[in-house]
Amino acid sequence: METKLSRDYAGAKIGMWLFLLSEVSFFFGPLALYTIFRYRHPAEFRSASTELNLTLGTLNTVILLTSSLFAALSVSAIKKGKEKASALLIALTAVLGAVFLFIKYIEWSAEIGRGFYPGSLALFERGKGEVLYFGLYYFLTGMHGAHVFIGVVLLSITAVLISRRTVNTNDYIKLENSALYWHLVDIIWIYLFPLFYLIS
Amino acid sequence: MEYHGSYLKGGPCLALFGKELKYRGVLSWVLSTDHKRIGVLYLIAVVSLFAAGAAIGFFMRLELITRGPTIMTAQTYNSAFTFHGVIMLFLFLIPATPSVFGNFFLPIMIGANDVAFPRLNLLSWWVYMAGAAIAVIALVAGPADTGWTFYAPYSLRTGAKVSLAVFAVFVLGLSSILTGINFVTTVHRLRAPGMAWFRLPLFVWAVYATAWVQILATPVIGVNMLLVISERLFGIGVFDPAKGGDPLLFQHLFWIYSHPAVYIMILPAMGVITEIIPVFSRRVIFGYKAIVYSSLGIAGVGSMVWGHHMFVSGFSYEAGVAFSFFTFLVAIPSAIKVYNWVGSMYKGSILTEPPFLFAMAFIFLFSIGGLTGLILGALSLNVHLHDTYFVVGHFHYVKFGGGGFGFFAALHYWFPKMFGKLYNKKLANYALLILFIGFNALYFPMFVLGLQGMPRRYYDYLPQYSLMQIISTVGSWVLITGLVLMFGNLIYALFRGKDAGPSPWRGATLEWQTPSPPDAENFEAQPKVERGPYHYDGI
Repeated sequence: METKLSRDYAGAKIGMWLFLLSEVSFFFGPLALYTIFRYRHPAEFRSASTELNLTLGTLNTVILLTSSLFAALSVSAIKKGKEKASALLIALTAVLGAVFLFIKYIEWSAEIGRGFYPGSLALFERGKGEVLYFGLYYFLTGMHGAHVFIGVVLLSITAVLISRRTVNTNDYIKLENSALYWHLVDIIWIYLFPLFYLIS
Repeated sequence: MEYHGSYLKGGPCLALFGKELKYRGVLSWVLSTDHKRIGVLYLIAVVSLFAAGAAIGFFMRLELITRGPTIMTAQTYNSAFTFHGVIMLFLFLIPATPSVFGNFFLPIMIGANDVAFPRLNLLSWWVYMAGAAIAVIALVAGPADTGWTFYAPYSLRTGAKVSLAVFAVFVLGLSSILTGINFVTTVHRLRAPGMAWFRLPLFVWAVYATAWVQILATPVIGVNMLLVISERLFGIGVFDPAKGGDPLLFQHLFWIYSHPAVYIMILPAMGVITEIIPVFSRRVIFGYKAIVYSSLGIAGVGSMVWGHHMFVSGFSYEAGVAFSFFTFLVAIPSAIKVYNWVGSMYKGSILTEPPFLFAMAFIFLFSIGGLTGLILGALSLNVHLHDTYFVVGHFHYVKFGGGGFGFFAALHYWFPKMFGKLYNKKLANYALLILFIGFNALYFPMFVLGLQGMPRRYYDYLPQYSLMQIISTVGSWVLITGLVLMFGNLIYALFRGKDAGPSPWRGATLEWQTPSPPDAENFEAQPKVERGPYHYDGI
């Protein structure tokens, strides 16, 4: 029996949206913890927030927003039959995602270098609110980073598929769904950025 | 039809459900994207793990036959109840009915030839098997001793290997989400012409409602398990009071999933019962829409009752009142179903075949489970009964008497369709009788013990509890005998059973219009649906 390939576009999109819904539910838990702990320790959350690198955070936000724009442009390019442009744009999206991860790595290294990591003495001396802030910071940006990583892999595969014309102007649901996933990754960051960087 | 029978002469063979051209031998099963083969793969895995869970339970009961150490140490006992819970809930009950019978029958019942995403379906089986493997490794490598609930802060501090068991739960959750996504999309996109929403068989409605719970609630426990792992590996502090964290928040996040998970276990089983009763009463189901809305109602309201697991945890009285209220509220849609089942039998011409008798056992046991749930949902009584054997008795009546017996009922109802063979009905009835006696002897004394104050999960007990503990242990022997007889009868039928024919129970849903077992494409031609699923005129 030949593998029955689904050619049901609406079905494929419903499936993707359901998956995104479960992703939102995934982030609900730690964000609920954030809300409760920030309510309990408002001052310490603010002072801990000043320890983050706002410049790098803002830069990363700009990078992720731009990458999301490229993903959207890639989809509209393939709809208009510009497959080469579409492949280039989605590859560019993946590259920006990788840059985001690299900057995040620099940020984490700097923070850990200064002694801000779970269980560190420096944090312990600054009080429980800051311990929780950094615990959640590492957990949430870590989870988000994992999503960015998966997204970069996914987008790179899609770029290859377009260049091989497996994904083409008549059959581009894989590109649309990967772009949808990327937009979700972007939206989650749009929430994380103000919650961690902008509260001071 | 005889053509299919000849496939099966001399027992089940690898060519079940038509030929798979791409792969041969075992690979034609474990790499198949046919929903029927995947359903059978789940069946094999789920029943094997059920056997393992039951064996652990059997030895736990044996340990409790006398006071003090009997056959195991206290630490072994702690690991035993942990893994009995993990296996029975995450590996057996949650996937049992939706993944086995949902996979096999949901597409056929809506007139489709597969699920919406066949390859994703195969992936979710593989993810499930990976989760099962991790759980087994955790069991061998040094089992957790936290209980299946992994409550913080103990789960953060204990020296036992918790991370691996917790990771298994995360992986199993992923499989459950993928299955849920597949089923919701399938029901939306692949219904046959004429299969309007209110012509869907009620089993499909039940699995559909369940799938929504799987999609929305499962990620919450997934992330909660990752938080526990992060706590253990890095000490991020969110559940650790020493660092300002709050272990109660673990309980909230845990039950936000795990209470709805009870409905993941019970709703599909209720769907099975709803299929069985009209067929064997030869009457249209009473209150079709009421059952649909009660399924959706259970899925909805059931998501707001998680706090009743935490009445004595120290949260506010107001929260307790609210959760108690919703707990009583969720009993209404469950009761609606019971009334509708009984109403459907009224003035029917009832055939007491094994599936029907299993359904009766379900209704009886589930009703006891449900009613004792209301006792536990009352704030004042809960203070006395919390964490006693009463709770253990209650959830075994709901989960085993409900979810488990629903699974057994489904097995007896659909076995002839899945494998084309009829089992020995008389033996099936005797097995049910033994199961039923054993079940009540095993679990009913727990209500008495709980009222007398026997705490759950204890390795030892005071002399006044001896009699009930012994009755309960003897009950476990009877129950195991019934299980062996029941599964033995079915396995024997696989090899030596008589040919079942396409429709041994004369059901009106679409699966009975296919040959037994169904062919690779399910239907020879696209079926057209022109009537409801429970109209038996001329069938």
